[in-house]
Amino acid sequence: MQAQSEPLNAAGLRRDGLIERLSLFGLASPAMLLILVILVVPVGWLFYVSFMGADGSFSLENYERMIDRKSYRRIFGTTFQVSFLTTGLCIMIGYPLAYFMSQLPDRLANIALITVLLPFWTSLLVRTYAWLVLLQKQGLVNNWAISLGLWEEPIKMVHNMTGTLIGMVHIMLPFLILPVYGSMRAINRDLMKAASNLGAHPRRAFWDVFFPLTMPGLSAGALMVFILCLGFFVTPAVLGGGKVIMVSMKIVSNIELFVNWGAASALGVVLLVMTMIILWIASRFLKLENIAGGGH
Amino acid sequence: MNWLKRPATETQVTHGQRLWLYILAGVVMILLVLPTLIVIPMSFSDSQYLEFPPETWSTRWYGHYFGSPEWMRATVTSLKVAVLTMLVATPVGVLAAYGLHASNVAFVRAAFVLMLTPMMVPLVLVAIGAFYAYVQLQLLYTVTGLVLAHTVLALPLVVIVTGSALKSYDMSQENAARSLGAPRWKAFLTVTLPQIKFGVITAGLLSFLTSFDEVVVAMFISGGDNPTLTRNMFNALRDQIDPTIASISTIMILVTTFMMVLAQTLGQDRKPK
Repeated sequence: MQAQSEPLNAAGLRRDGLIERLSLFGLASPAMLLILVILVVPVGWLFYVSFMGADGSFSLENYERMIDRKSYRRIFGTTFQVSFLTTGLCIMIGYPLAYFMSQLPDRLANIALITVLLPFWTSLLVRTYAWLVLLQKQGLVNNWAISLGLWEEPIKMVHNMTGTLIGMVHIMLPFLILPVYGSMRAINRDLMKAASNLGAHPRRAFWDVFFPLTMPGLSAGALMVFILCLGFFVTPAVLGGGKVIMVSMKIVSNIELFVNWGAASALGVVLLVMTMIILWIASRFLKLENIAGGGH
Repeated sequence: MNWLKRPATETQVTHGQRLWLYILAGVVMILLVLPTLIVIPMSFSDSQYLEFPPETWSTRWYGHYFGSPEWMRATVTSLKVAVLTMLVATPVGVLAAYGLHASNVAFVRAAFVLMLTPMMVPLVLVAIGAFYAYVQLQLLYTVTGLVLAHTVLALPLVVIVTGSALKSYDMSQENAARSLGAPRWKAFLTVTLPQIKFGVITAGLLSFLTSFDEVVVAMFISGGDNPTLTRNMFNALRDQIDPTIASISTIMILVTTFMMVLAQTLGQDRKPK
């Protein structure tokens, strides 16, 4: 009797288990449905439109334009230039700050952390506006610099590349500092003692022991910053003053001014593919959740 | 200055040798916070050209803001959309995070990646995609449309924050409740939810801020009777430096700080670890 009913029971249990797991999975369906309808399907449609010519038939003209026209090549050049420079500056400024914070006692470190979290939470538009006010010709920075005798005439620091970079670095810094700081706090201090015990100079101990251990945090942060920069719109649009044109701004003007969905979609597809390639390469070294969660 | 000659810790160079680090860190911390905060006193300046420190103080730019029906309408829209986004994104995201956590079917990982797409797809692309879709669905310039789009943007944050709260929670507690006869939903509500509530509260506040601060998507799909505050601010910024924006910025900073304090007090797990 028993031998006969047991496989039946096991199969039944397995089936029940599967049904239960599937219905649990079903709890995620409202969220997935929303993302599909509002995001995935429309982006898929943009992909389709990007392969349509002006007359509505299949054509590669939207992509050919990007290769042929000098203005488009310059836009991609600017986008990469801004992204690389912002990421580089964030590493150079953010890494030492994270290092400094990681060595403070807990209470002081938490206070220092607020200086990173406060801008992180503050609206990006407000921060961009603040820099616009500070950096303009009659702005605070020019006024102070002149009264201190640093320079004679007001310098143009906004509506150009300088302003864009200042604003971008300010906005991106927390995205770099937080994961780097996290990985530094997790390092076992005894490792540094061991290195010193074996005769390493503090500098050598830093570069051979400490620095490699912060690489996961640093690469996650730098990657996050770079990807966010590639598609950034608000800050370059306000602080660049029309002189720094990035891909995202060209997409917007293609829709708003020229109502050219084909051209805008093709640019969007290229932007998306670049982002995906970078993420794909990175996901072979890092866990995707860590990159996404890196900023929080 | 004896302190400068002492090593920073027993294995490090002396304080004097890394004085540059202290100076750099100090300057960067000031630069991180000050530019935003300086807008607050500037907004109380009487002059057309925002000055610091203001020569004469006044609240005329606040009067300007509160007296303008357009700014008021935009503020109401933004607050309404942000609250609704929080109320939609939090339960939908928590359900999704719980479902993905508890069910271990083969495609959970793929579903998780799908949940994160709103974070990975460039915002401009989300914006023009939603713009196109809303023209078809007749959701353009509606509060419903804005709430749905902002919910999509907030979902990855809710799923990540709730997911990490669930990871540090022991699911066998819920199983114990169920083996004692509680149905699954009741076990979740009475046993699991109270233990992940800090994560859920943080997720809710984050979705509010995501919506309240969002510019690019709102630029395309808000307008008409329902422009958001950020959309109007952005358009005003492109034209000229309007001092009214300084007063609005100050109010936005206050809202954000309030949310941050709320998250710190409500969202922090005070249990000893």
